[in-house]
Amino acid sequence: MSNDATALPSFFEDSGSDRKGILSWLLTTDHKRIGLMYLYMVLGMFIVGVCLGLLIRLELIAPGKDIMEAQTYNAVFTLHGVIMIFIVVIPSIPAAIGNLVLPIQLGAEDVAFPRLNLFSWWLYLTGTVLALFSLFTGGGAPDTGWTFYVPFSEFTTTNVNVAVLAVFILGFSSILTGLNFITTIHRMRAPGLTWTKIPLFTWSLYATGWIQVLATPILGITVLLIFVERVLGVGLFDPNKGGDPLLYQHLFWIYSHPAVYIMILPAMGVVSDIIPAFARKSIFGYKAIAFSSLMIAFAGSLVWAHHMFTSGMSDTAVLIFSLLTFIVAIPSAIKVFNWVATLYKGSIIVEPPLVYALGFIFLFSVGGLTGLVLGSAGTDIHVHDTYFVVSHFHYVIFGGTGFGLFAALHFWLPKFYGRMYNKKTANWAFGILFIGFNMLYLPLFVIGLQGMPRRYYDYLPQYQTGHFISTVGSWILAVGLVIMFVNLYRGIRHGKKVGRNPWGAATLEWQVPSPPPLLNFDKEPDTSGKPYSYKGVERDE
Amino acid sequence: MSNTHVHKDYHGAKLGMWLFLFTEVLLFGGLFVLYSVFLSKYPLEFHEAGKELDVVIGTLNTVVLLVSSYFVALAISFIQRGDKKKAVLFTWLTMAMALMFLVNKFFEWKAKFSHGIYPTSPHLADLPHGENIFFGLYYIMTGLHGIHVVIGMTVLGFMVNFLRRDIITQEDFVKLENAGLYWHIVDLVWIFLFPLFYLVL
Ligand code: HEM
Ligand SMILES: [Cu+2]
Repeated sequence: MSNDATALPSFFEDSGSDRKGILSWLLTTDHKRIGLMYLYMVLGMFIVGVCLGLLIRLELIAPGKDIMEAQTYNAVFTLHGVIMIFIVVIPSIPAAIGNLVLPIQLGAEDVAFPRLNLFSWWLYLTGTVLALFSLFTGGGAPDTGWTFYVPFSEFTTTNVNVAVLAVFILGFSSILTGLNFITTIHRMRAPGLTWTKIPLFTWSLYATGWIQVLATPILGITVLLIFVERVLGVGLFDPNKGGDPLLYQHLFWIYSHPAVYIMILPAMGVVSDIIPAFARKSIFGYKAIAFSSLMIAFAGSLVWAHHMFTSGMSDTAVLIFSLLTFIVAIPSAIKVFNWVATLYKGSIIVEPPLVYALGFIFLFSVGGLTGLVLGSAGTDIHVHDTYFVVSHFHYVIFGGTGFGLFAALHFWLPKFYGRMYNKKTANWAFGILFIGFNMLYLPLFVIGLQGMPRRYYDYLPQYQTGHFISTVGSWILAVGLVIMFVNLYRGIRHGKKVGRNPWGAATLEWQVPSPPPLLNFDKEPDTSGKPYSYKGVERDE
Repeated sequence: MSNTHVHKDYHGAKLGMWLFLFTEVLLFGGLFVLYSVFLSKYPLEFHEAGKELDVVIGTLNTVVLLVSSYFVALAISFIQRGDKKKAVLFTWLTMAMALMFLVNKFFEWKAKFSHGIYPTSPHLADLPHGENIFFGLYYIMTGLHGIHVVIGMTVLGFMVNFLRRDIITQEDFVKLENAGLYWHIVDLVWIFLFPLFYLVL
């Protein structure tokens, strides 16, 4: 079946226009090409961000000055945060993998607004270039932290203006992607693909799309206000002029907490698609998982002020936000239990995508449970702004979204390149990554509990051991990343050719050729099956 | 061989536009939140400062925008009936009203400036904090709205062009409809700004 004699040319060969070479990519409206362009940029910027992270770790290997000045350190962790959050993690799975997979999972030829899709990518490119530009121009790289907290961000002479404009543009790009996906899911489903037959990855993108549309405008106005304040100096956030810095924090977190779910929901969707495929078993609680995505999207929008327990809020407000925060843990837990229940008594096939997905479940659980420590106002006051927080969010964002992205790459790249990587190496890379990851971030929980504050350039000797182990861990992690990326790259260039369905999965994208042709389907998609029923589905390696 | 497929989906286009308008409302929503918090913090100062604004110009501009909204609705209904000429005419008229709005706004702002009321002015620094915040919000919110008026005008300009080139026709007018929706939102936001700044205080 893999050698279709009359095969249509793949989307690599057929650009759908007369343009040749690079222009046939930069001006494409094909969702697969746009998805790959996002992917290359996300991965490229991920490598930049990791290098900055390694520099931070290197500086912290011993007390005192090691490799950079304090001001440089501030700029490095700010840039690390801005790049990782706004340029890497937020677009990673939705914009890159989502663009690749979503339309095919729906049995559609493309997204609802292909040209808008291209426009979003161009905005993303512009925002990224501006963010890098802010490094080298003006009064030096921004040093505010990725949160741009006032009043410091209003008065620092570094290049904050350019950086916030970059964030604004990146936000706009994210909104348009969300809008496009929502419309696509509503309007472009193949005949017969009812709402309860949509794969869970697409469901998660649907919930994500709503957060992107509803929360991101608030970020837009917030960073715009920083810009306006810096240029005009009205003083909305400046107590000297009658303003109130707490209002900034509220506006910022009204977006940025939901943004955490823009980052994590799609990764959960990836895992929900991978687990049943390798357990050869229908997913346990399909509706519960789909519904819990919407519940997370909704409840996650109500908890922003748990970032402000120590900022000076009324006790009532603290109590309410603490309670709400605990409530968001419920839908997340529903998902974890459903994944585990799916694996239970499944005929599990251990392949790299599953291994990375299991890594996700473990690391995300650690991150989620420590999140409860931060969500309880009492304990939060002890660990607020310490390395406990740094560790917590790396477990969630890097262990969660990062590993979710790696799982997605191992799962879907064979589909889009038509070739398989070396599975053994992929598993080895995972092992090294996993060890490096825990060695990097576990000690940070400990020194955080002991009181090591975050964003500090220097520290007392008592924290030395923890920092040292962590820095060594960061090198192991880096080795794992290099092995993983090289293996994937070699796979897509020289790997063994695969057929339509190398994993024997049942969602629609495995019915199209690998790589797919321009309009995805070479025959009518068969929507009669359920997305997770594997009876009669053949593995086609 | 290229098997590109043109896909037109009226409902999809409308859905997308509505979602986008939602984000616009939320963008202004953040500012309305700031306004309400500061109003509850500085009720007296807001009251004092509000008296400075010119209700006559504000009212005039409200009327101008309402009429323009009516014009764009007319443009849509003319193209639906196939009357391209009138559709073009009323799109032009909508733009003319938008321009009138901006001219009024310009004179209003200019008058404020000449009274020394602008961000970081020495005069505002002498006034109580609440008045400084009031005028700050006034400039930011009406300014952002003004930018939206300019964007709206540009969009309508494209629509005139599309009408002329028969890209928008009696059969396929969703672009003009969506532009009209955008213009209604610009109008709607003003309907909220107007009482907040000019009337209730
Ligand atoms: C090799 C990998 C990485 C290393 C060694 C690393 C290291 C660090 C360190 C030491 C900090 C603390 C800076 C401080 O608070 O002073 C930090 C902050 C941060 N990291 Fe990473 N990180 C890595 C990967 C990631 C990834 C993959 C993400 C996102 C997915 C990420 C997102 C962040 C964010 C958002 C901050 C907060 C910056 C701030 O406090 O302003 N990091 N990272
Ligand atoms: Cu949060």
